[in-house]
Amino acid sequence: MQEVCLAIPLACLAGAVVSGLFGWKIGRVASHLVTILGVAVAFVLSVSVVLPWTVTGHTFNGSVYTWLTAGRLSLPVGFLIDPLSALMMTVVTFVSLMVHIYSIGYMRDDPGYQRFFSYISLFTFAMLMLVMANNFLQLFFGWEAVGLVSYLLIGFWHTKESAIYASLKAFLVNRVGDFGFVLGIAAIYTHFGSLDYATVFTMAPAKAASMVHMVPGTSWHLMTLICLLLFVGAMGKSAQMPLHVWLPDSMEGPTPISALIHAATMVTAGIFMVARMSPLFELSPAARSVVLVIGALTGLLMAFVAVVQNDIKRVIAYSTLSQLGYMTAALGVSAYAASIFHLVTHAFFKALLFLSAGSVIVAMHHEQDVRRMGGLRRYMPVTFICTWVGSLALAGIPPFSGFFSKDMILDAVHSAHITGAPFAYWVLTAAVFVTALYTFRMLFLVFYGEPRMDKHTREHLHESPWVITVPLVLLAIPAAVAGMLLIKPLLFGHFFGNSIVVSPGDNVLSEIGRRYHGVGPFILNAFRSPPIYLAAAGIASAWYLYIRAPRLPDIISRRFHGLYTVLTNKYGFDEFNDFVFAGGARALGRALWMVGDVQIIDGLMVGGTARLVGWVSARMRRLQSGFIYHYAFAIIAGLFLLMTFFLHV
Amino acid sequence: MNFMPALPLIFLFGSTCAILLIGLYVGERRTSVVYVLSQVALITTVALVIRDAQAAPIVALHGMFVRDRLADLLDIAICLLVVAVFVYSRRYLSDRDMYRTEYFVLALFGVVGMMVINSAAHFLSLYLGLELMALSLYAMVAFQRDSARATEAAMKYFVLGALASGMLLYGMSMLYGVTGSLSIAKVASTISAMPPGNIVLVFGLVFVIVGLLFKIGAVPFHMWIPDVYDGAPTVVTLYIGTAPKVAALALILRLLVGGLQALSPSWREMLVIAAFLSMGVGNVVAISQTNLKRMLAYSAIAHMGFALLGLAAGGREGYADALFYLLIYSVMSLGAFGLVALLSGPGREIEYIDDLKGLSQRNPWIAFLMLLLMFAMAGVPPTAGFYAKLAVIQAAVDAHLIWLAVAAVLFSVVGAYYYLRVVKVMYFDAPEDDRPFVLPLDGKFLFGLNGLSMLLLTPWIGTIIAFCHSAIQGLP
Repeated sequence: MQEVCLAIPLACLAGAVVSGLFGWKIGRVASHLVTILGVAVAFVLSVSVVLPWTVTGHTFNGSVYTWLTAGRLSLPVGFLIDPLSALMMTVVTFVSLMVHIYSIGYMRDDPGYQRFFSYISLFTFAMLMLVMANNFLQLFFGWEAVGLVSYLLIGFWHTKESAIYASLKAFLVNRVGDFGFVLGIAAIYTHFGSLDYATVFTMAPAKAASMVHMVPGTSWHLMTLICLLLFVGAMGKSAQMPLHVWLPDSMEGPTPISALIHAATMVTAGIFMVARMSPLFELSPAARSVVLVIGALTGLLMAFVAVVQNDIKRVIAYSTLSQLGYMTAALGVSAYAASIFHLVTHAFFKALLFLSAGSVIVAMHHEQDVRRMGGLRRYMPVTFICTWVGSLALAGIPPFSGFFSKDMILDAVHSAHITGAPFAYWVLTAAVFVTALYTFRMLFLVFYGEPRMDKHTREHLHESPWVITVPLVLLAIPAAVAGMLLIKPLLFGHFFGNSIVVSPGDNVLSEIGRRYHGVGPFILNAFRSPPIYLAAAGIASAWYLYIRAPRLPDIISRRFHGLYTVLTNKYGFDEFNDFVFAGGARALGRALWMVGDVQIIDGLMVGGTARLVGWVSARMRRLQSGFIYHYAFAIIAGLFLLMTFFLHV
Repeated sequence: MNFMPALPLIFLFGSTCAILLIGLYVGERRTSVVYVLSQVALITTVALVIRDAQAAPIVALHGMFVRDRLADLLDIAICLLVVAVFVYSRRYLSDRDMYRTEYFVLALFGVVGMMVINSAAHFLSLYLGLELMALSLYAMVAFQRDSARATEAAMKYFVLGALASGMLLYGMSMLYGVTGSLSIAKVASTISAMPPGNIVLVFGLVFVIVGLLFKIGAVPFHMWIPDVYDGAPTVVTLYIGTAPKVAALALILRLLVGGLQALSPSWREMLVIAAFLSMGVGNVVAISQTNLKRMLAYSAIAHMGFALLGLAAGGREGYADALFYLLIYSVMSLGAFGLVALLSGPGREIEYIDDLKGLSQRNPWIAFLMLLLMFAMAGVPPTAGFYAKLAVIQAAVDAHLIWLAVAAVLFSVVGAYYYLRVVKVMYFDAPEDDRPFVLPLDGKFLFGLNGLSMLLLTPWIGTIIAFCHSAIQGLP
């Protein structure tokens, strides 16, 4: 097993290295072939060896290499292969493989072709290292490495000002999260003396009641502190409010990247991490309440913003934020399995939607504004159908995959007793309506109605080449059926075994499991609760507003001008950050520069020392008068000084 | 009586007398014969020293003379330095109508004096060697008879040198008064048998030290150095700045370490003060110099401070480190002054730092070698100068003189300024005239070796330090 575990990430790394360092020599075709081969090897091994092996109840936990040993601290590179990581590996390598193939078409004319393939392969390697880690440091390595590649890919078109801005923003916001994350890891090391998952998880229950003093006079539950710090990291990577601001801007990167990194895999790293840390989070209900409320708020508020976006990729980006909110909320109520379930289905349908959007963008000659599209269903039938599948899944219409996972989350939140659960339930239920509204607004604006693009573009509209449509179809299949196939094994079939720990009192999923009697009854049961009607209402509203009475949205936005402005400004998070944090940092930097650097260090210390030495030098130089009796006097004086010194000592 | 241990010394003395006579015979137009004979005499002396290299000390000539590892090492170093000095000086001298027998003969007599110091086992032979060296130097400084500056410098040097010699002699006489002997070994054994706190001994020690510090040019007995270095003809400065420094260290090692080891707690304190002041004054005042030779003179004072650091640290490690420092310094100093001599062509005198402006555009290879030498003097790794500084600072730290080690580091930062200024002038300033310097082939080759040695010595640093250690082991 160890060899397989090593082969999976290293195959991707090898592809990345070859196309990155030698891409200029081996050419475009060889570059994409070698990276695709690497990822394909990883996917095949994951799905055919690792996944069946873990399903039959095996786990692997062991070190393959000792990175360094310093005193008591030993830092190994090791793998923990259990159902959770095996599932993640499969999803990551599958989506990555689809994106690799799709990119052949999407990036065809780009001068940075080899670099692009190197980056996405490197990303796959980093993400695999993250999910396969068996210790916190390797987790952190993968965590930072995916952040780095994300930065590189958002700024892939590095001559574009907005792309540079977006990549920098993503990097900085992620630093905030990573700072919390690394503090959390440090707290774990301080109190547990180990960074190994298994050791920490075994010791954790004994530490459940211990308190720490952060600021004198206040005491915290150790577990709450650790979990909240780790969750700050998850908020950064999984873009939860208020650290979500980087994700919409990350759409400056190429669309395949938005699909792979900023929708399907990397942003779910935070979700995965919290699920992986379930033995810790189970010990802190307070931390879970925070997780729940933040997730629910992100879920609703970001969905609202998606309604007013006009850039097709930004609509999907805000939708991603909202869906990540759902997953986070599920973590908050201990429904880790439901969260991972939604992560998986979301990976499929969101990658599908993004790649469909990419297909549309290519056909539209890189026009992304939905107001200048329309009527595309006649020109792009495959993309059109795939977008329908993705939209239905996103809106949560049975029997598409999103319905099952989202309904499970709502059900779990509804059944939970933790603080904040009733509030979260109503918030998330309301979000269902909004989700359906923005999803179908986009669908209707792009594919229905009258074509609104210019004549030249319309004449050149045609379906995308097979390298683009084949991945769409391959993703559309799981987006449609993954939900009904996976719900039973993932949620009620002990699939996760010991990789997820839920304390008995909070086990909402097992409670729901007792009422579960198969896919059919589950769907019928859904008709007895509001979400499905809200989703239908959302679709109907979208149809009425954008197909039946297309002038109505303008009237509404004028009537509710204040609300509309708040939404188009995304609640002012960006302005606030720009003013307070960026502005504050700049002001602080300027102050330190002007006062600290220019005046104190350069002026006083460096310049002052130099001036002082120069002054002393000029003075002492005068002693060298050139008169021999001065010199002789200096010798005699020196003699007497030495002598008095010795006669006294 | 066994003359064999003194054979190299006797050979060089005889050759020098012979060269003096031959010089008179061949006349002024064929000084090259004298030049060649002088080089042959020096190299033969080195060969003789190496042939009879001694592991165990041999005392000869009625206890006046000792032949040991230290003497051998210093003899070889001094002879080779003077060979190089001659190579660097040849064209400078012939360009200025100074290519005469006297220069070489005086220099060779100076070497004889230094070799006597290196092997002195007796206060009298020590003093004899010192005076032979000093008198040669006075005469050499005044060599350019029609130059007022050179004459003034020689006068100052002579008067102050006489004053210092007097003090040294006075100190020695007090030591004789207390111990009743002039033999260094006997003085040492008598003092170590005496109870501490003898006031006459301390008086004698202070006078001796003043004399020694004058010779080595440490603050506050350094005043002659800038004036002499600046006033003397460049080739004489080149000579003064290299071999006599090594001899001065020999003087200190023979007298203080060999003879007055029992008083080392006292003299180490004096050396601490002198080391601190020398590093401080040398480095700080060098900053405000515009004259290249004066700057190098102050740099010499600072470097002597660093060498004293090793001596002040005490212990055989410290002495060996000081010896190592001085050997490396003499090679650096040889290169720096040698360049000044080499570049001063006919009708062109290199005097100010600004005269090196734009050297990198005119003679890039020479500029690079000078850069290496300046980096070595400043103590930039991986040049040999860095290891030399590291060794003495390490010695100070080991002797718990932390504050002095910190001061040494700070002063070398100050010193880096004026060394790097030379580099800046060479590389970043525009030349005032574009004529490239034409260097004689032998001088150019030797200077290449000299500059590169700062880098090429690096792998052999350990070997050289080991040599210095074994040389120090021979001292009682």
